[in-house]
Amino acid sequence: MARMSMIEALRSAMDVKLADDPAVIVFGEDVGYFGGVFRCTAGLQAKYGEERVFDTPINESAIVGIAIGMAAQGMRPCVEMQFADYVFPAYDQITQEAARLRHRSNEQFTCPMVVRMPTGGGIFGGQTHSQSPEALFTHVSGLKVVIPSTPYDAKGLLIAAIEDPDPVIFLEPKRIYNGPFYGDHSGKSVPWSQHAAGEVPEDHYVVPLGKADVRRAGSDLTILTYGTMVYVAEAAVKAAGVDAEIIDLRTLLPLDLETVRASVEKTGRCIVVHEATRTSGFGAELIAEVEEVCFWHLKAPILRVTGWDVPYPHAQEWDYFPGPERIERVIHKVMED
Amino acid sequence: MTGVKLSFPHPPARPDQVPDFSDIVIPAAGELPVPPLDLTAEQSRAMAVGLIRVLDDDGNAVGPWADYLGDLSADDLRRGLRDMLRMRAIDRRMMNAQRQGKTSFYLLCSGEEAIGCGFQRQLEKGDMNFPTYRQQTLLIGADYPLEMLIGQLYSNDLDPLKGRQLPIMHSARDYGYFSISGNLGTQYVQAVGWAMACALRGNGQIAAGWIGDGATASNDFHSALLSASTYQPPVVLNVVNNQWAISTYTGVARGKGETYAARALGYGVPALRVDGNDYLAVIAVSRWAIERARKGFGPALIEWFTYRVAAHSSSDDPSAYRAKDEGASWPLGDPVVRLKDHLVARGEWSEERHVQAEAEMLAEVTAVQKQVEAHGTFVDPQPISPAEIFRGVYAELPEHLRRQRQEMGH
Repeated sequence: MARMSMIEALRSAMDVKLADDPAVIVFGEDVGYFGGVFRCTAGLQAKYGEERVFDTPINESAIVGIAIGMAAQGMRPCVEMQFADYVFPAYDQITQEAARLRHRSNEQFTCPMVVRMPTGGGIFGGQTHSQSPEALFTHVSGLKVVIPSTPYDAKGLLIAAIEDPDPVIFLEPKRIYNGPFYGDHSGKSVPWSQHAAGEVPEDHYVVPLGKADVRRAGSDLTILTYGTMVYVAEAAVKAAGVDAEIIDLRTLLPLDLETVRASVEKTGRCIVVHEATRTSGFGAELIAEVEEVCFWHLKAPILRVTGWDVPYPHAQEWDYFPGPERIERVIHKVMED
Repeated sequence: MTGVKLSFPHPPARPDQVPDFSDIVIPAAGELPVPPLDLTAEQSRAMAVGLIRVLDDDGNAVGPWADYLGDLSADDLRRGLRDMLRMRAIDRRMMNAQRQGKTSFYLLCSGEEAIGCGFQRQLEKGDMNFPTYRQQTLLIGADYPLEMLIGQLYSNDLDPLKGRQLPIMHSARDYGYFSISGNLGTQYVQAVGWAMACALRGNGQIAAGWIGDGATASNDFHSALLSASTYQPPVVLNVVNNQWAISTYTGVARGKGETYAARALGYGVPALRVDGNDYLAVIAVSRWAIERARKGFGPALIEWFTYRVAAHSSSDDPSAYRAKDEGASWPLGDPVVRLKDHLVARGEWSEERHVQAEAEMLAEVTAVQKQVEAHGTFVDPQPISPAEIFRGVYAELPEHLRRQRQEMGH
């Protein structure tokens, strides 16, 4: 065991897989010699050579297109989009090529690849360095969509994603790359090295895709969330003084509906929290699913706390961000019913 | 008023006009040399703006590229002729079947038969094409079983893809034919990725990307050329310039560029422009580019200069946008007739034998077609289980898809 930041845990996952499977290959903008703008792949090229870890032109469509060609031949590419906001030039390759290859070829060709991308805001990145595009991928059959919230999960989920036979969109909440974040931007941030969740095994282990984690057991209400918002929800629950159950979904597609259902049946109240904009967001899907399977157990309407339906602002970042106060207000509202 | 005006390219002739190909410069056969395999982009300039031709107007094979094919036997050429005739018979029978409602969609490759038939015969097992929808000829050249090819068109139980893809969007891994996408251009860069994997694994195999002149305007054409230039993988990048992208004249995609082949030069990728209706030129240049890739000299781009004689597809009516009988006026002739004339001139074929071969191909295709139709057509369907659509979305059926399949009643 070692204390690792999420960045280090992700790097460790790639390191483990590069070492144990010659088919694994890592590439993207700046990921080779320099090791990525977030330093996630630092040192990997020096260790494994530039045939395994290399830089690409600024051409996201080519990064994913090349990965598809490689994956179809049996390699295991794990590529990086520098920011999730940059994935859109590759959207066609991901959604209509990678996601569909197995099905349309009746399994003659498959696409075991991972597209990693830093997601979300909270770093003053402005409109094009802060977006949370998960719903644009959960709508696409053939993809799996993963978003971790701890270094331990990040490593175990990334190893599972690289070993998965299908294409995986791996969203990395960049606000918690270096430590948890409780929604108070003026407060001091605690690095993962001083946090229990920074304990990460150095060797191979897997956190299975499609399994949610009950982060906090409780009986008053269920909060469904993922990524950075797990911590913000924890802060809100503490401030609100309620006994809430917090579920970290970890994998959005496929969704662990059984864990969700068991929790909401127990608590009878549910709120959904995500940072992405509201309309047609993943929260809508969660609410629909919960309503379908738990309607008769519900004591109150399911509500959601999300980013506003506006582009992510720069100077007013914390007005956009669904902080603990907003979640707390909604908790009280749901508890009143 | 500034006098500044936009340019909107137009074809030389529209439906009410006489076909006009007078702008096309056709160099004599045999003029261009066979370059060394380590050809650079700069050195390839004459070949990228010229036109490599082997068969002259009298059907003789002339020049350095003819010499390059020195060991080619008459049997090889007769096999090429048979491939093209088989393709024509399939096109004829299947277009009829579409008109009879037996299949929803069909797409002819009339006039372009030499390109895929010739190219495929130069590949080896394990090499992979990333074709467009008009390279059925690659399957013919790979001796793909007609039952599977026609079964795919009928979406019946002989369809290896179980009805999931539009007819003509084949996938045949064992025959070097990647799964076709309807999104144009996307697979050009995937071919580069496949070729990079070949190089990384050292398996001695190569990839071939295919794209039409219209889709060279798509982002991924440029992505592929840049990637191929950067990493130098064993890939042959083919551009089939057949003059029309549905109703859009080739000049719209080309802009003011001189040739599609010349585009590769700016990326540092050597390029050759070839008479795509000349089977001998096709096999000569294919053989050269494939050997170059396999020996580690990197990518090359080939522009196949040809003409789309038929409609874009069974859903298209070209009489609405181009001159009547334009195909018959195409100055580079018909690839089948040209190869036939060459073999006849060599004393290796005859008009009688040709007529007989055409009849043989039609009979063979018709027999297979009937046998496949017994497994169901759109008129007389024998449905594939609806549960089939849930298979293969993922390696393992996830819970939510299991629930949806049950909801459907399966």
